[in-house]
Amino acid sequence: MKSRLLACFLLLAPMLATAEAPFSLPPLPYAANALEPWIDAETMNIHHGRHHKAYVDNLNAQVANFPELAGMSLEAMQAAMSKFNVAVRNNGGGHYNHDLFWQVMAPAGKGGEPSAALTAAIERRFGSLEAMKTEMNRAAAGQFGSGWAWLIVGADGELAITATANQDNPLMDVVPVRGAPVLGVDVWEHAYYLKYQNRRGAYLDAWWNVVNWAEVSRRYETATAGLKAAKAR
Amino acid sequence: MPIQLPPLPYARDALAPHISAETIDYHYGKHHQAYVTNLNNLIKGTELESATLEHIVRNSTGPVFNNAAQVWNHTFYWEGLKPGGGGEPTGRLAEAIKSAFGSFQAFVEAFTKAAIGTFGSGWAWLVEREDGSLAIVTTSNAATPLTGIDRPLLTCDVWEHAYYIDYRNARPAYVEAFWKLVSWDAVTARMSPR
Repeated sequence: MKSRLLACFLLLAPMLATAEAPFSLPPLPYAANALEPWIDAETMNIHHGRHHKAYVDNLNAQVANFPELAGMSLEAMQAAMSKFNVAVRNNGGGHYNHDLFWQVMAPAGKGGEPSAALTAAIERRFGSLEAMKTEMNRAAAGQFGSGWAWLIVGADGELAITATANQDNPLMDVVPVRGAPVLGVDVWEHAYYLKYQNRRGAYLDAWWNVVNWAEVSRRYETATAGLKAAKAR
Repeated sequence: MPIQLPPLPYARDALAPHISAETIDYHYGKHHQAYVTNLNNLIKGTELESATLEHIVRNSTGPVFNNAAQVWNHTFYWEGLKPGGGGEPTGRLAEAIKSAFGSFQAFVEAFTKAAIGTFGSGWAWLVEREDGSLAIVTTSNAATPLTGIDRPLLTCDVWEHAYYIDYRNARPAYVEAFWKLVSWDAVTARMSPR
């Protein structure tokens, strides 16, 4: 009897584990020290291994309250955020935002350049890449307290800059300015305090050295293709 | 007369090891100072230029409010701590805490939970209600009980800049250390006159 129970448990345990923890911490797409000297390895280790992990763990804990979360993509979860509680908003947002943040960064010199289509869209909306960076820096510096600044594709298919508080993001159906994020910068103090302390502006200037333009371009093209497909339907 | 940064009521290394001199150098010397500087720049040439800090906090919004309230909140935070603080309050504060929370330990647990649970940047507060009873409230970013009818008695800063150098992401460890620094004399002196 005991051995049958044990066998049952061993068979079920992986399924239970899966059912209980549908979200997992994605590995960093590069080494923790790969963004040096702009972002230090200690910051990356804590930011990814503790802060991001806590969002994932706390989100998994909410699946008991909202079983439907288990089958949702992170994007669909953000768009349906008004259906959930503040813990899902904070931790589901934190998981999506950090997952995006790691992907839109690359070691300095390895991030490539904006694609032709993205460059054209940036010049159309902001005049130049430098002007876009200035506007995003202003939004990031002006986000009082914890939050994020974003480059998004709006419903009109054009780029725009916006900022959100805490772990909100422009995909959420609870924020005033919505769109598809193509680039985001974390301005929680934990993102920069060990290296830059109170100097958020210095962190922002450094951060542009590690933007992964290949990934940002891919996200831009996916977002605009999605809008075109939606219009054609 | 512009708004001044009040002197720190103890030496910059006086709260170590619970709060390091390096944290104080940034928190008081850079963050608190920057709120003062930003506020003075924002109110220059406006009708608030000669107002008291409390008046500005109670009668402003947006960046003026954010900077003014942060000046006030930080001064209130520093003045609620002291080297060799901690322990338990006595007298009427001890009685009021027991009456509101059941015991000092239950109060510490409830306040700690509120401080840890404040998502993002903000503050945890012990306040005295109009009827003299005590309560715990939390505020986001610069928000402060000063704009309401509650009388603030004690605050714990839970912006990450308050603890990141010393404790990294471990906010609970910082709040535990905070209890070793609370100046219960200062907190008692803030209670409404009987």
